[in-house]
Amino acid sequence: MSISALIDSPSELTDTSSSKTAIVLMTRVRLARNLAGYSFPGWAKPAQREEILDKCREAVAATPQMKRCFDVAIGELSDLEKQILVERHLISRELSGAKTGAGVIVSKDQAFSIMMNEEDHLRIQVLRSGFQLKKAWTAINDLDTALEDHLDYAFSSTLGYLTACPTNLGTGMRASAMMHLPALVISNQMEKVVRAVNQLGMVVRGLFGEGSDASGSIFQISNQTTLGEAEDEIIKRLNSVLQSIIEHELNAREKLLEADAGKLLDKIGRAYGILQNSHVLTSSEAMNLLSLIRLGVDLGAFADGNRCAIDRLFIEAQPGHLQHVQKGEFEPGQRDVLRAARLRSEFANFARPDFSFATEGKN
Amino acid sequence: MANPLKCDLCSKPATVHLTQIVNNKVHKVDLCETCAQAKGVTDPSGFSLADLLLKASLNPEAPSNGVRCERCGFTQNDFKKHGRFGCPVCYDTFRGVVEPMLENMHNGTAHAGKIPHRALERKSLYDRLTKLEVDLTEAIKSERYEDAARTRDEINRVKQAFAAKTAH
Repeated sequence: MSISALIDSPSELTDTSSSKTAIVLMTRVRLARNLAGYSFPGWAKPAQREEILDKCREAVAATPQMKRCFDVAIGELSDLEKQILVERHLISRELSGAKTGAGVIVSKDQAFSIMMNEEDHLRIQVLRSGFQLKKAWTAINDLDTALEDHLDYAFSSTLGYLTACPTNLGTGMRASAMMHLPALVISNQMEKVVRAVNQLGMVVRGLFGEGSDASGSIFQISNQTTLGEAEDEIIKRLNSVLQSIIEHELNAREKLLEADAGKLLDKIGRAYGILQNSHVLTSSEAMNLLSLIRLGVDLGAFADGNRCAIDRLFIEAQPGHLQHVQKGEFEPGQRDVLRAARLRSEFANFARPDFSFATEGKN
Repeated sequence: MANPLKCDLCSKPATVHLTQIVNNKVHKVDLCETCAQAKGVTDPSGFSLADLLLKASLNPEAPSNGVRCERCGFTQNDFKKHGRFGCPVCYDTFRGVVEPMLENMHNGTAHAGKIPHRALERKSLYDRLTKLEVDLTEAIKSERYEDAARTRDEINRVKQAFAAKTAH
């Protein structure tokens, strides 16, 4: 399978969202694994990295989950292709910077991706749209068990799976959910939420992980610790934290409507107007406007079926995807013009907001 | 990607690098901004590097710095620089460094999750096979043919079990 075929085919992330995915856009679970008897990728010599890569590729190809997949060395990809994979959360920024002896294998539906020779020999991840932590864990656990038939993992009975960085020891598992929290952002409660979540042993990051900003009010929440608890306990704990964040977000939405519905409706209406008529849009402004439209869908101002299109645009408004569609490389300033044009045409036939839900309760 | 130095007190990237000469010995510390502020490093008049070094027991000439991982040649200084280890065996080599870190880093210090049973069984069978083969060679060398025959039978049994555990 070629990269352009991969980019153009429907994916778990961009084509399957439903009303179930109202606040949690997607869940992801990744496992860090290493082969016994080899140095970790950051310390291995180039020849050894190649050997590790070959071994891993062979093992992955033998698993039923990864039949007919996209398998490529990072060095063979153009910068734009790598950027697109990062924007789809299929590879990390760190892997996209690797020069030799690194690779990625992505399943056809883009639900599974296996990074090889990133920080660890293997980073196996599964993406599921919506709030499906347990299903995601079951899927990745099965793939990991299938791989274990072919690979000798570095494992210690006390420290668990041995990883390059001690912060991943034990289960080597990072489970996360991508959450859309516009009301908590608008009502300035995010700082409080981040602090509370940290105290519960979970971490909050922006859309693209460590160091990224939270444009579009999208946050990634994941477990901080990996050692000392079984995988399903970590998942259970994360699950309950996510549930309570969902409750807080829903409460915040209700309060915003109660306190000053006009102000909130104004934001949504203006976002609609700008998306239909603007000629220059930076990626972060576009994200914030799309976030407001998505909130409008959740509240009932737009039809439920539009959520899927918004989630797709969240990704397609990113610089890599934008340039792929336009078939060329553009300066950031030109990209902002192209982005606005793209969104104008997407929103040209988008039904006008129906704000009757805000007054219904009062009559 | 460049690996910046890590803070000596926590694992954040270090942005404050301090060198002081005390009693003719050079002491260096690398700190992140938060720790630097917390320790009063930003106020040089009231700050003594020696205190910090003592408290964090970060004597630059600590003998443990000379330890090298036998398998991959990694040293403790390499860990300080990269924040990552060289190979799985490093966790044995640097056990003294790892263990005290885990308590603050994790929710426990012992693994309680998934165990790769099949891989471990395969490995133990493989180790057994290697040992039996050595036994066989020795038995033949010292002309203990009865032992050799028994060992050979055992090897065949283990080989069969091993083949059953190894996927094709």
